[in-house]
Amino acid sequence: MTTITRTVTVGSSHGLHARPAKLFAQAAKELGLPITIQKGEGKPTNAASILGVISLGAEHGDEVVLATDAEAPGAAAAIDSLAALLASDIDAE
Amino acid sequence: MAELTGVGIGLGVAQGPVARIADPLPAPEKTASTQAPDAEKARFRTAVDAVARELESRGARAGGTAQDVLEAQAMMAEDPELADQVDERIDTGHTAEWSVVDAFAAFRDLLTEAGGYLGERAADLDDVAQRVLAQLRGVAAPGLPEPGHPYVLVARDLAPADTALLDLDLVLAVVTSDGGPTSHTAILAREKGITAIVGVSGAASLVDGETVIVDAETGTVTTSPSASELAAAAAKADARRAAASAPLSPGALADGTAVPLLANLGSPAGAAEAVAKGAEGVGLFRTEFLFLSADTAPSVAEQQAAYTQLLEAFPGRKVVVRALDAGADKPLSFLNDSEEENPALGVRGIRALRASEQILRDQLTALAAADAVTDADLWVMAPMVATVEETEYFTAIVHEHGLKTAGVMIETPAAALIADRVLARTEFASIGTNDLTQYTMAADRLLGSVADLQSPWHPAVLSLIGSVGAAGAELAKPVGICGEAAADPLLAVVLVGLGATSLSMAPSALADVRASLTRYTRDDARRIAAAALAASDAAGARAAARAAAEKENQS
Repeated sequence: MTTITRTVTVGSSHGLHARPAKLFAQAAKELGLPITIQKGEGKPTNAASILGVISLGAEHGDEVVLATDAEAPGAAAAIDSLAALLASDIDAE
Repeated sequence: MAELTGVGIGLGVAQGPVARIADPLPAPEKTASTQAPDAEKARFRTAVDAVARELESRGARAGGTAQDVLEAQAMMAEDPELADQVDERIDTGHTAEWSVVDAFAAFRDLLTEAGGYLGERAADLDDVAQRVLAQLRGVAAPGLPEPGHPYVLVARDLAPADTALLDLDLVLAVVTSDGGPTSHTAILAREKGITAIVGVSGAASLVDGETVIVDAETGTVTTSPSASELAAAAAKADARRAAASAPLSPGALADGTAVPLLANLGSPAGAAEAVAKGAEGVGLFRTEFLFLSADTAPSVAEQQAAYTQLLEAFPGRKVVVRALDAGADKPLSFLNDSEEENPALGVRGIRALRASEQILRDQLTALAAADAVTDADLWVMAPMVATVEETEYFTAIVHEHGLKTAGVMIETPAAALIADRVLARTEFASIGTNDLTQYTMAADRLLGSVADLQSPWHPAVLSLIGSVGAAGAELAKPVGICGEAAADPLLAVVLVGLGATSLSMAPSALADVRASLTRYTRDDARRIAAAALAASDAAGARAAARAAAEKENQS
């Protein structure tokens, strides 16, 4: 299987904790595609898992890698939207 | 009617229906499932769905940041990684109950190991696990009850997490079967002015929905009350409300003897509330708040600004500031980072300040500067003094900085036993009853298993307080009380009888203590104190004081 990956710098000023982690996992869940998120050499974790996302301990400025199956319908658009969310200051509003 | 007794906190009276806080559910046994894995998985999915929907609907009702927390908990319940972990366990023949608890525990350990913010989420996860388990078993989820109307909360004891969520508009009173007067529940009740009785051994027999009267003044819970008892309790509650809104007169005994009532404050922000509740000054201003969040000591200028803000709130009034009270039990990286086997007996209080004298000097410099630009009557005292030599050291260094009134806290039996020699070398003493009790009874105040020994009512503690009071009277030096003990309306009378000249407490306790003092003369207080001193234990001292007080009231 070919995978699409996106390397993103976490834009949330509070890292992927609490509300930002919840908003991110919620968005990943709504996309309905199997997308993983990985920090450094860590294990890729399901992006729709709030516990997995919180456990990354990703801080503002950390680099994370999103990955999904390239053959899934709408994969590129989905991963791009998630990457954009991740790069923004999610909790800023 | 029937009565259950315990230790009342404050003088409140309330009545209403009981709602119990459910105990944590017993852990499921690791027994093989009698159902097919698919059936167990279906049970799990149904339970998780119900819990998530319930958390979401509670979130929608709560709104604000609580909604975010509850929605995040709903997502935890439905977490796909967690579901995989649970499925794996069910596939090896385990019950849904055991699989849920075990899989949640694995995630919990992961979060706890990470510490910090993630560690705090472990408690959220525990709560979700309990809810799913309760759902699977078809029982009520543990935690605060939600009967939908005001209630008398009955619990074994309240965890800090429970108290954070207490809705004071709904909780009429709190009754706990465990815990003593220094328990978390008691401290919270005192701070928030909640009617509470702790240590009610019969509380386990109270059932949801039954009406009770909770009278903290007498320490009794009345079950199956008669109509006339309910009416009398309502009248008493009304009278107390009227007293609370009565003019804020200075603290005094029935014979007019002044007993200034002061406030314990932990930051300048509390000053306005203290003044509104009639505090005649500050008997204990804790300065730790300036230091605890800092990796380095705050600058003189920063400290000066905070002290000035405090002193400005009390023009012409006494404000007693305690020098930084830190040690291995309240660690400050820049002051003391050595590990100690027994931190309560280690380098803390005045000992820590002497070891880092510049911190003390900076604090005194800032206090003197704040004093110079304000009109309060500033007193400064040293924490955890054990010797005459420490007293001389502290008094000299305070005067050296141009501050006129120095004193020491009496928190060790050593200082109390030679209070006459200690007081001869300084201007005043203030008794910290929490630590004095801990050191007298050799009972760690942070350890629940010895909480029953942690009572300032113990005649050994009262006797030490009496020796300080006698020394103060002989030398005509003020002896204040600034521990939790002063907030207990009856104990306050005993303390005055033992020679205390002022009482300092959480502002919420002022009204009750003010009302209690006006009922007794100085001679009454001495007789009540003598009765308590003659008892064999803390409960006996309280009972003897109550009996003596009732006799004085009748005569």
